[in-house]
Amino acid sequence: MIKGTVKIATELCKGCELCIAACPQDCLTLTNNINLKGYKFVELKNDTCTGCTNCALVCPDAVFTVYRQPKASLKKAV
Amino acid sequence: MTKEPLKPREVKLMKGNEALAEAAIRAGMDAYFGYPITPQSEVLEYLTIEVPKRSGLVLQAESEVAAINMIYGASGAGGRVMTSSSSPGISLMQEGLSYIASAELPCLVVNVNRGGPGLGTIQPSQGDYFQSTKGGGHGDYRLIVLAPASVQEMADFVFDGFVLAEKYRGPVLILADGALGQMMEKVDLKAEGSLPKTVPSWATRGRSKDRDPNIITSLFIQPEKMEQINMRLQAKYKIIAEKEVRYEEYHTDDADYILVAYGLSARIVRKTVDLAREKGIKAGLLRPQTLFPFPSVRIAELAKHAKAFLDVEMNAGQMVEDVRLAVNGKTEVFFKGRMGGIIPSPEEILEELERIDEKIVAYQE
Amino acid sequence: MEDNLVLEGLEVVYHKPDTLTEAPFHYCPGCGHGVAHRLIMEVVEEMGIEEQTIGIAPVGCSVFAYHYMKIDMQEAAHGRACAVATGVKRLLPEKYVFTYQGDGDLAAIGTAETIHTVNRGENLAIFFINNAIYGMTGGQMAPTSLCHQVTSTSPYGREEKAMGFPLKMTELVAHLPGAYYVTRQAVHTPNAVRKCKKAIRNAFEYQKENKGTCFVEIVSNCPSGWRLTPLDSQKWLEENMLPMYKLGDIKLPGKD
Repeated sequence: MIKGTVKIATELCKGCELCIAACPQDCLTLTNNINLKGYKFVELKNDTCTGCTNCALVCPDAVFTVYRQPKASLKKAV
Repeated sequence: MTKEPLKPREVKLMKGNEALAEAAIRAGMDAYFGYPITPQSEVLEYLTIEVPKRSGLVLQAESEVAAINMIYGASGAGGRVMTSSSSPGISLMQEGLSYIASAELPCLVVNVNRGGPGLGTIQPSQGDYFQSTKGGGHGDYRLIVLAPASVQEMADFVFDGFVLAEKYRGPVLILADGALGQMMEKVDLKAEGSLPKTVPSWATRGRSKDRDPNIITSLFIQPEKMEQINMRLQAKYKIIAEKEVRYEEYHTDDADYILVAYGLSARIVRKTVDLAREKGIKAGLLRPQTLFPFPSVRIAELAKHAKAFLDVEMNAGQMVEDVRLAVNGKTEVFFKGRMGGIIPSPEEILEELERIDEKIVAYQE
Repeated sequence: MEDNLVLEGLEVVYHKPDTLTEAPFHYCPGCGHGVAHRLIMEVVEEMGIEEQTIGIAPVGCSVFAYHYMKIDMQEAAHGRACAVATGVKRLLPEKYVFTYQGDGDLAAIGTAETIHTVNRGENLAIFFINNAIYGMTGGQMAPTSLCHQVTSTSPYGREEKAMGFPLKMTELVAHLPGAYYVTRQAVHTPNAVRKCKKAIRNAFEYQKENKGTCFVEIVSNCPSGWRLTPLDSQKWLEENMLPMYKLGDIKLPGKD
């Protein structure tokens, strides 16, 4: 499995949930916490993220920074 | 097309519209955007012939609305830009002029005034005085308004207009009329390339990494900010009113009657002054060359000694309101006007002056 | 500390472009404007042309585009972005110039400027965000609103006999010889976003060739104006907008 993760600028998140629908790994969820703008925001709910960037692509507020295992290290692992 | 060398100072016989267009090229105009309308189409026609051989660029826009917004864009990009039109077309440009005034973009706009309202006539008129001098579009703003009275001034005011526009970062209007645009006179044209040019630091020409983005906008949605912008504009207009007033006087030193007229009307009134003096009536002419700023201070001085003022315009009485404000009740202000494209004769203005003279003399006796 | 542990050995594969400012978008949750802004600025960053690019913002929801795009920009009067862009590009033909306009701005009040700019083949890019509604003023009917679409000024639905038909500006400008590249894209799915970004990249790249206007329509959503949740708005877009506004290239360079 490709290992990845995301960092979320939660203060910019408006809780629109488009990323949740776009995530093929079902690893994002809306928290019950509320940011300074008054929105619920998304967070990672598990470690299944592959760093596919789908969440970042559809995010209207550019809250995601996406990280992924480099291709070279993938080969090594195989 | 091979480019012609820069033109030296020359004396020529030219139409007002053509002299204005030629002066624009000589003043280093970077771009002209315009739309044909009588009686100023020669400006666009002349430029489409000359600009490809000389310098700058010319583009016939799809409307006056587009033209003034092309001016906005090109001025915002740091160009020395001009457009011209006539009354109905200038009305269409008012939205753009309001934006240009607010965004503080230098540009030169020429109105070769024709008779209105509506589609009106194509004959000369001064019916656009209010529109020109009181802003014209929405919001609190002014244009510097230059009023030529000869083909020579049609050319000279182009240079002056660019200088003022760039000095005060705002739109300057040359308010001519159909007769000045169409008449031919001798004109002494300044040498091409004599007007210095700098690229303004605020222009949008691509952000270099050492600065923040340059933004050209007229949107200041917070009222406090919008008020600040308004106060800055008003402060600028105050300086303009103090420093840039221009007028010409003719036989005003000993005049009992001060005639006030601009542009074409002033040429006619000059003749009236001569005719009146032949008849022993001491008349003089004050001709504002700038309509905003208005020569209010000089008019107030003249009002101390004059028996009466006679304001003459080719409209229903527009500048007369500014004359009355300046005279401020110190003496009588009369008005004589013709409308709809009719040019008054020196004789009919003299008749009006004689009637006023009789009234004043009778009152004094 | 925790971040570092998690991120050890991983590389950044996506980050917000540096050509966007730090300012949070003022757009409603789920609005496609944010994606469109980001894609344009990603392309500007990737091409390394932020010093050569001038953008023109419209009147509408994206009136403040210049708060977010870290490049020189001009704010145009309603509908006049194409005329303003013409002025900029004519003066600075070596620079990259684009307009960013909504459907009210480009397809209603600015129809004449749009058509004539493309007809002159002005060498600039027009990004046209079509969400079939006036968002900024509160959800009124747009020229691109669908037949029977309920808006605040077509409360019983857009009745085409009285209110006109949805205006397909993109097909319309594609007929003009001055148009060099015309395409319709969307930003509602990851794949659509990838394709849209490629189209935006093309629109900038083609400016180097100086062969005419590039016109990219981006079909987008307006959750607030449509009175839908962001997720429902994407579904509505797919079911209602896309049958009328079919995605894909309409005019490609070298092909008619």
